[in-house]
Amino acid sequence: MDRLCVPDPNFQLHLLAYHSILIYMPKIQIPSPLRQYSGKQSSVDVTAKTVAEALAGLVAQHPDLKRHLFADDGKLRAFVNVYVNDEDMRYLQKEATALKDGDTISIVPSIAGGCEPQRSKLPFTTHL
Amino acid sequence: MLKIKQIAYAALRQHGEQTYPHECCGVLLGHFDDDGANSKTVTRVAKCGNTRADSPHNRYHIDPKELIEIQREARDRGEDILGFYHSHPDHPAQWSPTDLAEAHWFGCSYVITSVEQGKPTATNSFELTGSDESDKKFIDENIDVD
Repeated sequence: MDRLCVPDPNFQLHLLAYHSILIYMPKIQIPSPLRQYSGKQSSVDVTAKTVAEALAGLVAQHPDLKRHLFADDGKLRAFVNVYVNDEDMRYLQKEATALKDGDTISIVPSIAGGCEPQRSKLPFTTHL
Repeated sequence: MLKIKQIAYAALRQHGEQTYPHECCGVLLGHFDDDGANSKTVTRVAKCGNTRADSPHNRYHIDPKELIEIQREARDRGEDILGFYHSHPDHPAQWSPTDLAEAHWFGCSYVITSVEQGKPTATNSFELTGSDESDKKFIDENIDVD
C-alpha cells in the first residue's frame, strides 16, 4: 500500500495547529499625507491575523504614524476610516476583523467640509 | 504652488456649476513636484458624489469607498492624490471653520470655487499645514493654470 494513502489519525489536530499559527501578510495602503511618517512608502506589508494586529504592526514599524492614527486613549481617531479591501471595517468586526491572504487595508482620512458653520436652532422665535 | 492643467481647472469649476445650488466635490490627481517647496501638478480631477444629502447646499462629504477606487485607479496610472476641491454656492471662495475642522490631509490642497447665482467666479487654493490636528491651519496657495 502506498504510504501516502494511510490516513493520519492526527490529521485534524495537525490542521488545527496549522491554522492557529497561520499568519497572513496584508498590505496597508498609506495615504499621501501620512507617507512622510512611513519612510515615504505608499504601502507597508505587515504580518497579522486581524486589523488590530495589522495596525499595531504598522505603528511598530513606523512609530511616528501612531499619533496621526490613534488618539491619546489608544482608540482610532474618529476621522480615520479603515477599509479591508472595499469594506468599512466598522461594518465588519471592527479591529477584530480577521484577515486572509491577499487582503489590502486602506487608511482613508475623511474628506468633508462646507461653506458655513452649522447654525444652532434658536430657543425662541420672535414674531414682529 | 498648485499647477493645474487648464482642462482640469475648467472641469472642477464646471462641476460647481452643474451641482449648483449644492456643493460639488472631487479629488485632485497628479504628482508632487520634487522641488522641495511642496509644489503639485494636477493633471486630472475625479468628480465625486456629495453624500451629505441632509445639507448639500452647505456641506460636502466624499464616500471613502469612492476615494479608494479613485486612489486605486490613480496608482495604476502612476498618479497621487494631491488634494480635493469643492464649491461654495453663493459664498466666497474662502475656507470656512467647517472646512478646517474637517480637513485632515496634511500637505494637500483644498481648492474652493465660489458659485454665484449658478456661475463659477473665484477659485482659490489652500494648503493644509501643521504637524497634527492641534496646530493645523490653511495657508493660501497660488494657482498656476497651465
